[in-house]
Amino acid sequence: METPKTITKNAFATALAVLILMLLVATPLFAPVYTTILLTGILMNMTIAVSWTLFSGPTGYISLASAAFFGVGIYTSAVLGMALPFPLVIVLGALVSGCLALLVGMLTLRLRGIYFVMFTFGLVELLLHFILWWELTITGTTGRVVPPMPNTTVFYVMLLILVTLVLTVSFIRRSRYGLALESVGENQEAAAHAGVNVTALKVIIYAVSALFMGAAGAVIATRWTYIDPKIAFNPLISFMPVLMAIFGGIRPLYGPIIGAAIFTYLEEFLITRFPYHYMLIFGIIMVVAILYMPNGLVGLAEGIWKRISRRTHADT
Amino acid sequence: MIITILDVVISGLLLGGIYAVTAVGLSLQYGVARVLNIAHGEFIMLGAFITWFLYTAQGINPLISLVISGPVVFVVGILLYRTLFTRLRMISPTPGAFEGNSMLACFGLLFIIQNGVILIWGADIKGYSYLAFPVDFWGAKFAANRLVTLAFALVICLVFYLFLSRTRMGKAIRAAAQDPETAGLMGVKINQVLALCFGFGALMAGLGGGLISISYKIQPSMGLEYTMIALIVIVLGGLGSIPGSLLGGLILGLVGSIVTHIEPGLALVAYYVIFMVLLLARPTGILGR
Amino acid sequence: MPILEAKGVTRYFGGLAAVSNVDFDLRQGEILGLIGPNGAGKTTLFNLISAVISPRSGSITFRDREIVGLKPHEICRMGVARTFQTVKVFSNMSALHNVLLGAYFGRQDRMATTDAVSEATALLEFVELAEATATPAKDLTLASQKRLEVARALATQPEVLLLDEMMEGLNPSEVVRAMSLVKRIQERGVTVVMIEHVMRAIMSVCDRIIVLHHGAKIAEGTPEEISANQEVVEVYFGERTDAANI
Repeated sequence: METPKTITKNAFATALAVLILMLLVATPLFAPVYTTILLTGILMNMTIAVSWTLFSGPTGYISLASAAFFGVGIYTSAVLGMALPFPLVIVLGALVSGCLALLVGMLTLRLRGIYFVMFTFGLVELLLHFILWWELTITGTTGRVVPPMPNTTVFYVMLLILVTLVLTVSFIRRSRYGLALESVGENQEAAAHAGVNVTALKVIIYAVSALFMGAAGAVIATRWTYIDPKIAFNPLISFMPVLMAIFGGIRPLYGPIIGAAIFTYLEEFLITRFPYHYMLIFGIIMVVAILYMPNGLVGLAEGIWKRISRRTHADT
Repeated sequence: MIITILDVVISGLLLGGIYAVTAVGLSLQYGVARVLNIAHGEFIMLGAFITWFLYTAQGINPLISLVISGPVVFVVGILLYRTLFTRLRMISPTPGAFEGNSMLACFGLLFIIQNGVILIWGADIKGYSYLAFPVDFWGAKFAANRLVTLAFALVICLVFYLFLSRTRMGKAIRAAAQDPETAGLMGVKINQVLALCFGFGALMAGLGGGLISISYKIQPSMGLEYTMIALIVIVLGGLGSIPGSLLGGLILGLVGSIVTHIEPGLALVAYYVIFMVLLLARPTGILGR
Repeated sequence: MPILEAKGVTRYFGGLAAVSNVDFDLRQGEILGLIGPNGAGKTTLFNLISAVISPRSGSITFRDREIVGLKPHEICRMGVARTFQTVKVFSNMSALHNVLLGAYFGRQDRMATTDAVSEATALLEFVELAEATATPAKDLTLASQKRLEVARALATQPEVLLLDEMMEGLNPSEVVRAMSLVKRIQERGVTVVMIEHVMRAIMSVCDRIIVLHHGAKIAEGTPEEISANQEVVEVYFGERTDAANI
């Protein structure tokens, strides 16, 4: 199983990752503020994309609730940011998101995937309506201010969250639970008959993915500083990880990371050039990508690589 | 007291009529063509905007312009199915993959249609006044436009029900919904039927949108909420059951009217509570198999 | 004491009784054959035992414990494993990983990784798939995939193994190989119930046979008794049986 080729491939990938990590850590020290802020945005999108892929990739259950978990993290920061220290707020943001995901999972994941998609689709709008109503009728506040954090702090914390996420995903994928996840995606019934508690596995992994989205939200709130329900719960954020996965491909770990990087650059480019058209353009890109790139750009590249290597090993 | 109840009930039926029309459309698209069209609300919004535009710019009576807005959205639906979804059908390895891919494609469509409309007409709230005078019914006052909307919604549902049960095409659709393979073997041109179903679904959405524009204000972002409601209605009525969607729509409309009467702004939350109860107790819905 | 027992098990699909008031008991260590024409309710009975579906009425007990109402993974961990009529392997996973999954999750105790890997490797050898350890399951032949499914089921350390048409689609030499595998499974101490249409296999391998027809049990006995049973012969009259006749 672990051939010499895969061992060197892994060593190379790890070395590359460590190198990139070191570069990232050094960046705020010599790069302009704009770069740090852009990179924070990229790291944030990567976190959401990788978290989303952790669950939806292997199981095939498409979650459209990323914006809800992210928004809950933001709102936790908004509500508690004044009262509690920053690290605690992040942890709480993660936990509240995780609990929401547990609830959603327990309600929907024992049923067919279609119910899951439908329920998660409306979750963002639901939370938005509910919190708007609550703030209007009960608390009387609209809009909250979050104590701001310096850009470099936000950057490093986001980086820390992403690295923790990547390590967690890597650990899960290599463990027996990663195998179980894969088997559930291949054939849920067979997995259940081999002893896998399919529902519990799905619910727990879903909650884990939400933890990181919540944490990312709690962090970024300190840079946005002014938060109201419409800002926190933005449906576009549910759309992003799906698009990033389509770009980058679902299967490998680095797929959504590459997809997120492409997406964020594309977003920056389009927002500055076509401030009124960029969402329309994203929609078009998404439809085109689904039609012509079912395995994403990474899958496309892998396909090309396979064809090349097949030609050099024609006798296999 | 009775007047209040009457008020709430009739408002509920009004709302329910619209929910029913739009949900039937989604039920056709998911139940037969197997496309979970989460851009459904955008087709509703499109119908609403076309009607609004024709009335404010050209002075065309909104009820009459249903004859225009409906078919336009119908054609858009058929074209989309013929191009986009047919290709997706070809490249998807399994039916499950097709459902997933088409749902994601609809996600893309959502952004395209919504932002397209924003670019053409702007993002703010629009509205117009049509038949906005009150009508007296046993002491309770109702806006004439809402009564007309209810009547039209019921007529549309009735006509559609007759279409499904009496006409050859309607029977072909029902056959395709039950068992596409056998239907195909019995001579039903499946691809045509599927495209038509998707188109009819869009048609219902467009008509529903037109009716909505008569009584309510509209804006490009209105679609999402209607999609959510249509999804809840088809789960409530039972996935794949068209009479179920009608029934579910009316029930949800009544619930919405009651909740709005007690505590405005919580209707959507109430719908989701119903959704959660369904998922816990009876996911197959009222008339579902 | 029978290791698996069913009493009055009934299941309807729509208005039709797929399984109708079936009683049977399974004795430890035996190979029990379950035969009957298509649509007789054999796979439905398996599905009821492994909790894919639940019975309208009746009880199914394993070692005197009621298993109706449990979930499939719970029943597997208790010691009842099965294979499927349409083979359900994990296509994109290697043969070893397929079996490993059973070793990791299907047993009552938790196995350490190295132990699980050696157990899975040993099982692949047992089903004569040792050369295919790293092969993705989708690249295996149908016969190999069926043996892989058996290996995965055995990895869960079952006391009872339900085999659903293990020999369907196999050529005569593959059938012989499969028959010897079933015997070797029995030698390991696993009690087997097998649904089969290949009469030659059933008659030579099974200790006892149960015959279902239209959801009801119409006969029960040794292979000799069953082949002499008039009603059974009539039920199969005109039925095309594979490989050999009764």
